[in-house]
Amino acid sequence: MTQSSLAVIPVDTDEKDSVRKFGSLFLLRMGDRLLPWLLPAVLLVLWQTGVDQGWISPQVLPSPAFVLETLVDLVKSGDLWLNVSVSLQRVLLGFLAGSLLGVLLGCVLGLSRQIESYLLPTFNALVQIPVLAWMPFVLLLVGIGEPLKYILIAKAALVPATLNTLQGFHQVPPSFREVASVYGYTRRQEVFEVILPLAAPTIFTGLRLGFTKAWLSLVVVELVASSEGLGFLIVYGRQLFQLDLVMAAVIVVGAIGYLIDRFLDFIESRLMGKRHLPAFRRVQ
Amino acid sequence: MSKFAALSSAVAASETTAPLQVRSNGRWKGFVLPVFALVLWWASSELDLVNSALLVSPLKVLETAIEQFSSGKIWIALGASLGREAAGFAIGTFAGLILGGLLGFVPLFNRIVGPSFNTFKQISLFAWIPLLSVWFGLGEVAKVVFLSLAALLPVVVNTADGIKNTPPKLLEVAQVYGYTRWQTITGVILPAAIPSIFTGVYLALIYSWLATIGAEYLLAAGTGIGNTLVDGSEHFQMDLVIFGMVVIGLVGWLMNALARLVERRISLGYGRS
Repeated sequence: MTQSSLAVIPVDTDEKDSVRKFGSLFLLRMGDRLLPWLLPAVLLVLWQTGVDQGWISPQVLPSPAFVLETLVDLVKSGDLWLNVSVSLQRVLLGFLAGSLLGVLLGCVLGLSRQIESYLLPTFNALVQIPVLAWMPFVLLLVGIGEPLKYILIAKAALVPATLNTLQGFHQVPPSFREVASVYGYTRRQEVFEVILPLAAPTIFTGLRLGFTKAWLSLVVVELVASSEGLGFLIVYGRQLFQLDLVMAAVIVVGAIGYLIDRFLDFIESRLMGKRHLPAFRRVQ
Repeated sequence: MSKFAALSSAVAASETTAPLQVRSNGRWKGFVLPVFALVLWWASSELDLVNSALLVSPLKVLETAIEQFSSGKIWIALGASLGREAAGFAIGTFAGLILGGLLGFVPLFNRIVGPSFNTFKQISLFAWIPLLSVWFGLGEVAKVVFLSLAALLPVVVNTADGIKNTPPKLLEVAQVYGYTRWQTITGVILPAAIPSIFTGVYLALIYSWLATIGAEYLLAAGTGIGNTLVDGSEHFQMDLVIFGMVVIGLVGWLMNALARLVERRISLGYGRS
């Protein structure tokens, strides 16, 4: 990142001169390290003093210290873990079911042109309707219980899994499949030893995308219809006008989403040997 | 930045690439399944195969559709939704282009604001709604603010990334030819970044449409196509719900088609895709 931004705007010469001295180099390095913290620090200080001085009503924006306190309380009382575990269970099960079905469906579509031409147009049409619009429909069908959440989360994960798997199948060069047939590979061998390994990066991208969408759907579903979970915590805090609770829950949602994204990224780079990520994308 | 960028370009790839097309000679096959489903649906509701008030017949849905169109209700709802969407999309894209441009062109700004922005965007979009509803109420303002936010994020990420990922070789050439900084920006960097920027704007269009429905669903005050869905759901009117879903799907599809058309024009203009 720094590499390319330096390329955009050349380093000034006098800056280079100052860099020569070791002391200022050290200072520069420290400054560079600290710069990203400048904005959050300033905002936090402004926010805290704003509330302390009474510029902002704590009802509208509770102070960061208060939010932190609430967060600690949530952890101590076990409420946080309770709700987090409910949400995680929903998202993981829904994601697993959805992506499994998605990959299977993608394989079926990818293997047979016949099935693809019958099924894909309908699939494409249904995909146009977002999860949010499915919600009232499914809500009327299965009620407001757990199945509603699992169905919607699974649906969110299924779509990218299916499309990317199918794309992965299409991307396999015909020559590879010809070689497989020359060597007398069975269908099964062809799928597991030729197609899937080649399609793996594309499929994995689909799974990651599916997870992002599943997480997003989880929050929405829990906001609309649930009596436990992180989304519920947010709605509950909102109803009681306890914005500290809302913000604490929002922070947890963001943090978990981030951690899982990092985790998937780690797996992806392990699995794919980093070969499909261009080098400049991996700076930092 | 790179993580989200890679991911969001993957989103773009899966959402901008035309849905894998079936070869044209097999077009009719695509209709077999929907027609079959429709017949099954119609038959099971006509013959009372399933005893449920929720299984409305396709004719009832059609009736509702006609009623909605002739009474003009749907136009009011759709007009309100689309107006909101346009406002949020315009504000979000405009702000996103500026912020993304700053992040891309000014290393110091990128150093200071970039990490905070990356943290900020980790927060699930819809989780903002309860907070926004406290700050801006349940009315139009909160909705438009939310839509702007939904449109802002992809534009910022893709604009900044498009600018930063200008091939270094192009920049070297510009340097060799003694381009001024302004010439480098307008003549080299922007043309190279255009496809990525467009991807951001395109995603913004899709996201803000999803966000419109979400905002109407969660900030249920006023009119809009999302409210039509909520109404149908609350009054157990499956016909209204199905009709609403179809309309939402159609609008989303039209937006896709429109954006793809514009994209083709733009990429033709620059001779690259």
